[in-house]
Amino acid sequence: MKIKSIGIGRSLRSKLHSSWMAVCLVVVIILPIIILVGLVLKSVPILDQYSLSDLLFSSEWRPMSGKFGFSGFIISSIWVTLVAMLIAMPICLLTAIHLTQYAKKWMLKTMYPIIDILAGLPSVVYGVWGVLFVVPLISDYIAPLFGKTTSGYTILAGAIVLAIMIIPFILNVLISLFNTIPTELSEASLSLGATRWQTIKHVVLRKAFIGIVSAFGLGISRAFGETIAVLMVVGNVIGIPKGIFQPGYPLPSLLANNYGEMLSIPMYDSALMFSALLLFIIVLFFNAISRMVIIRSTKHI
Amino acid sequence: MENPKIKIENLNLHFGNQHILKDVNLEIPKNKITVILGPSGCGKTTLLRTLNRLSELNTEAKIKGTIRIDGSDILNTNEDVTVIRKKMGLLAQRPYPLPMSIYNNVAYGLKISGRQKKKYLDKRIEHYLRQVNLWDEVKDRLKDPASALSIGQQQRLCLARGLAVDPQIILADEPTSALDPISSQMIEEKFVELSSNYTLVLVTHILRQARHIADHVVFMYLGEIVEQGSAKDFFENPQQERTKAYLQGQFY
Repeated sequence: MKIKSIGIGRSLRSKLHSSWMAVCLVVVIILPIIILVGLVLKSVPILDQYSLSDLLFSSEWRPMSGKFGFSGFIISSIWVTLVAMLIAMPICLLTAIHLTQYAKKWMLKTMYPIIDILAGLPSVVYGVWGVLFVVPLISDYIAPLFGKTTSGYTILAGAIVLAIMIIPFILNVLISLFNTIPTELSEASLSLGATRWQTIKHVVLRKAFIGIVSAFGLGISRAFGETIAVLMVVGNVIGIPKGIFQPGYPLPSLLANNYGEMLSIPMYDSALMFSALLLFIIVLFFNAISRMVIIRSTKHI
Repeated sequence: MENPKIKIENLNLHFGNQHILKDVNLEIPKNKITVILGPSGCGKTTLLRTLNRLSELNTEAKIKGTIRIDGSDILNTNEDVTVIRKKMGLLAQRPYPLPMSIYNNVAYGLKISGRQKKKYLDKRIEHYLRQVNLWDEVKDRLKDPASALSIGQQQRLCLARGLAVDPQIILADEPTSALDPISSQMIEEKFVELSSNYTLVLVTHILRQARHIADHVVFMYLGEIVEQGSAKDFFENPQQERTKAYLQGQFY
């Protein structure tokens, strides 16, 4: 390697490079603000005409007659996300524990490409797979088990597809997280006569707790925003779903299905922008909660 | 040696293709400080970790031979490995306090083996913290996370934590290498004090430390035991050329 020492001064070049980095940083910081401001500006018309509580708590959605109630969409989104997380969290946690604490090294090495493939598949592929496999599974087997009849296009279908989509994502974070915990720490516990499981429960999971919370927080944010795959299996029926065997209509589906169409209806454009704003705020809210948990628990470890 | 606390016979250990410990035969006297000396990479840490069966956590490890403690083999036995490990306290190169409070670090070993009564725990914890001269420094903040302590305090906490499970043997792997001189001295003095009731096995590459506190010395080189004997014989009258070279500082 040749190091140039003549020519324009090294200090000048150093300054130049650090200013490029500063520019990039500013872009990253400003981006979410620009998006937020844009969404707010576009939502102002509907917020002017309707009270916030009407928009949030009414479930009546009839744009033609000027009724915009978002509660059905919000509740569908929450349902799908929560059920997906309930499925994904234990699977991810147990898999990550097994791979990092029990399995042989080659096992972990073979899992990496598998996880990468799962994480890299376009979401529409998951959607198609959901339509072909998960939807009939629910209508033919799972729903009858609980004495329900359904087409299969349900909250549960959306949640299962979503869970499978976020599993590789969360798993990746958890595996790297567990790998950062020094083995000496586990060995300290083992040498005090703890069993493998006691060590994992009291030491490894405790040490990793903050990271686990943020991994799940990231998972929730991602799950909330995922659109296409969920849209394909969740049924898209307007209204408040009363259980996992009912169809739902989450916020991202509303936006994806309708934006660009029927925009001549008054306020419709603004209402859809408001739904985007809602998504933004909800994701922000989940992030804030996981951040708070992290801050509170760092004080005790 | 009469009634050695630990007796190692024909111990061989491989990690994959690497032969780490080669035909180790060793007797470690009871209630004395045995120092294992040797340059880095000679297998002394692995030997120590084989004693409390931590080496076998490496899935590539193959271990052959016998290690007897008070006459009973701990390698080839049906006895629960947690029971065996509890006979030995381990002090690592750097302190690794468990991610919990100072109090719970010491209580951990007791709690996991089913001792839960608060009164009993309180008493034991004060006892062990006093034993390592830490009580006065931490008695007002037992609920604080252990990570808030200084490194020297953490290492003493780790010693108290190890003593709390009532071991017979204390294994220490270069326990002062991350510490300042004053904390190191405290640990050394503590070891001398403890050697009246415990069998100590100390791995180090600090000759001064070995001269200072060893009763019995083992010199290892490239996975083999080169020489062993009482501290006096070892330092004043070494038999092997490699030992002499090492003691003169020709390699580390």
